[in-house]
Amino acid sequence: MNDAFGKPQSLILLGGTSDIALAFAERLVADRCRTVVLAGRDRTGMEAAARHLLADGATSVPIVDADATDVASAAQVVDDAFKAAEGDVDVLVVAVGLLGHQSADERDPGRVAEVTTVNYTWPAATLARAAERFAEQGHGRILVLSSVAGVRVRRANYVYGASKAGLDGYALGLSEALRGSGVALQVIRPGFVHSKMTEGLDAAPFATTPDVVADAMVGALTSNAQVVWVPGALRFVFGVLRNVPQAAWRRLPG
Amino acid sequence: MAEPLAPEETGAPGPFGSGGRTLLAGWGRTSPSYATVVEPDGVDALEAALGAPTTNVIARGLGRSYGDAAQCAGGLVIETAALAGISDVEAETGLVTVGGGVSLDDLIASTLPHGWFVPVTPGTRQVSIGGALAADIHGKNHHRDSSFATHVRRFSLATPTGTVEVSPASDPELFWATAGGMGLTGVVTEATLSLLPVETSWMSVDTERFDDLDGVMAAMESGDDGYRYSVAWVDCMTRGARLGRGVLTRGEHATAKELPAAKAGSALTAPGSPRLKIPRPAPPGLLNRASIAAFNEAWFRRAPRHRMGELHPLASFFHPLDGVSDWNLLYGPRGFVQYQFAVAASESETVRRAIEALSAARVPSFLAVLKRFGPGDPGPLSFPMAGWTLALDLPVGPSALPGVLDHLDEMVAAAGGRVYLAKDARLRPELLGAMYPRLGEFEATAARVDPDGVLASDLSRRLGIGAATNHAKEHV
Ligand SMILES: Cc1cc2nc3c(=O)[nH]c(=O)nc-3n(C[C@H](O)[C@H](O)[C@H](O)COP(=O)(O)OP(=O)(O)OC[C@H]3O[C@@H](n4cnc5c(N)ncnc54)[C@H](O)[C@@H]3O)c2cc1C
Ligand SMILES: NC(=O)c1ccc[n+]([C@@H]2O[C@H](COP(=O)([O-])OP(=O)(O)OC[C@H]3O[C@@H](n4cnc5c(N)ncnc54)[C@H](OP(=O)(O)O)[C@@H]3O)[C@@H](O)[C@H]2O)c1
Repeated sequence: MNDAFGKPQSLILLGGTSDIALAFAERLVADRCRTVVLAGRDRTGMEAAARHLLADGATSVPIVDADATDVASAAQVVDDAFKAAEGDVDVLVVAVGLLGHQSADERDPGRVAEVTTVNYTWPAATLARAAERFAEQGHGRILVLSSVAGVRVRRANYVYGASKAGLDGYALGLSEALRGSGVALQVIRPGFVHSKMTEGLDAAPFATTPDVVADAMVGALTSNAQVVWVPGALRFVFGVLRNVPQAAWRRLPG
Repeated sequence: MAEPLAPEETGAPGPFGSGGRTLLAGWGRTSPSYATVVEPDGVDALEAALGAPTTNVIARGLGRSYGDAAQCAGGLVIETAALAGISDVEAETGLVTVGGGVSLDDLIASTLPHGWFVPVTPGTRQVSIGGALAADIHGKNHHRDSSFATHVRRFSLATPTGTVEVSPASDPELFWATAGGMGLTGVVTEATLSLLPVETSWMSVDTERFDDLDGVMAAMESGDDGYRYSVAWVDCMTRGARLGRGVLTRGEHATAKELPAAKAGSALTAPGSPRLKIPRPAPPGLLNRASIAAFNEAWFRRAPRHRMGELHPLASFFHPLDGVSDWNLLYGPRGFVQYQFAVAASESETVRRAIEALSAARVPSFLAVLKRFGPGDPGPLSFPMAGWTLALDLPVGPSALPGVLDHLDEMVAAAGGRVYLAKDARLRPELLGAMYPRLGEFEATAARVDPDGVLASDLSRRLGIGAATNHAKEHV
């Protein structure tokens, strides 16, 4: 249950090894969050994260197996995670994501399907179930990690970008559907973040860190913003970029 | 009555199932949540609602607890307004039998004209008998008369395993677990309590003003025993030498002899209804550091330095805020928290340090209420304990506030004290056991009448009260 200041006590991370999600969890555990459920495919990575969170003050960090290429598993993963929380779940973060390699992926239908599944189909299916579980519970908050890559899809990363566009649109629609249910859904739209996902890549303008994204997510807990841009300036940058004519958009670097 | 915070906030029917649910919040309006609300029209309907629940269930009286005690997200909230009825007062004993949903306001209105007053009253008359027992409320006379449950002779309790008759002799564990048990042992449908005989509806009041906390506390320590009622209002925004300046008011029920002839006609009249109403939440920030400090200053200046035997109507002495209904809306959309703690008499230093911490953090707070408690009663979750209690209202907003209150919790727990669950909306769950060391005893008694852990509120879910039983029924 959240307290009077909107501070959560229990959390589920879909993407239990995500740098961004774990930076967020660390912040909540430093306050009064005591339960963090980690769902993912890398047990060793999640066990290491669990040790870290327990040392920081969490009292229960259960691990749930989740493979985002297995679409049929989505609802079960959510149910397993709620069960593992043993009580009310205050916040669920959807952080599963796969950047892929655009140049190699774009000609490989199997890879296109995988990136799309991991970034869109599986998260959307988990969201459908999570919304149901939260509505039943009567309260809760869902944070969905989208990306500016989905705001206007570019030639240079359209496999990833389009899947994020799909997730972003789905999440906004669901956020509307949840109005009046006591459950909030917020879309987090970071720009380039220095994390495992972008290791070895050249940073884009406005590049930021998992810590900064995590701070913005903590801020979102006490705001009604449906969309949170990180850094905040990207909201205005994309306000412009969205409307740049396609011919000019095509020539933008990156 | 279930009144949604605002019409547009009521859940519209939709695929995500808030249809038919109502948004409920406590008096501080900080943590609203949706629940299905029912108002059983009698004990049979109540038993049916408790009998085969598919979700968690909790009772709600008049919603005057400040936090999340009388709400249950996604669950069933049982409103008690229909648990009505006030018997005649037994002339010899002052005993009266009252429905669990009856307000102290209605009870006073019915019995005061016959010379009977409630034995314990909080700062508002708008609390129900069930809520008064469930919080084991205290008044300005705790040092003399203990808390509410002490004056209750018996009650009927509807539980998930049936309705039971409970008295301190028949089932002491269940009686005292219900006193302060925050609705987690069942729904009190009716209670018999003993009233206090009074000759008038007037109070004879002594007022003294002190420039610092030491003065206030010393006067209370030396003089409170001479009064039935005593309370001090303390300014937590002043610093330095004037830290904790305050106004002490103490009084007795005025006797018929003390009334001047002009007031004899109104010797026994019930309090009137509120004269003012706040129509909607005020804009955020109306109550801020500057406006609250100005209020405190004016209030302090207005108080006489020393005045004895002044006659005050009962209502203005006990329930000064009842003149304005829905005054909590003045705190704006984010609401406010009330922080109330109790520590032993030997821990007056903790009271001082708490006031210093609040003043140093520069969080705005209206005048705090300082009282002395007599010994606690046997309720394992009952709040009062012999010593001091301080209560203050704090608007949500200042970023320092959550941290300051966490810090105060640690201080209070380390001093062997506790916070009041009827006011709480933010305690760190891990401190609950330190503050209420008999929590396990309470949970065992609650589990006896509620083995499946059906009774739960947002408060109990947040603090993990009865968590063991609740987990057992997780998605059965
Ligand atoms: C202005 C103001 C001043 C106050 N001053 C004081 C004070 O001086 N001293 C003090 O002790 N308190 C004080 N309070 C707090 C108040 O007395 C308690 O919170 C009381 O419990 C409120 O009663 P209610 O009927 O509104 O209960 P609610 O707020 O509706 O419920 C409170 C708790 O009681 C339970 N409950 C309600 N009805 C029943 C029932 N029939 N059977 C079983 N459980 C039930 C609920 O489940 C919940 O846990 C004050 C509150 C306000 C707003
Ligand atoms: N980094 C950025 O620049 C950036 C920018 C905007 C948005 N985002 C989004 O933010 C979210 C978190 O990213 P991050 O930066 O924290 O990167 P990250 O550390 O790489 O996190 C990605 C997470 O997705 C998980 N994942 C990938 N494929 C999976 C699969 N098949 N099954 C289960 N889990 C799988 C990863 O698990 P493994 O550890 O097992 O791989 C990891 O937990 C992602 O949705 C990402 O798209 C990132």
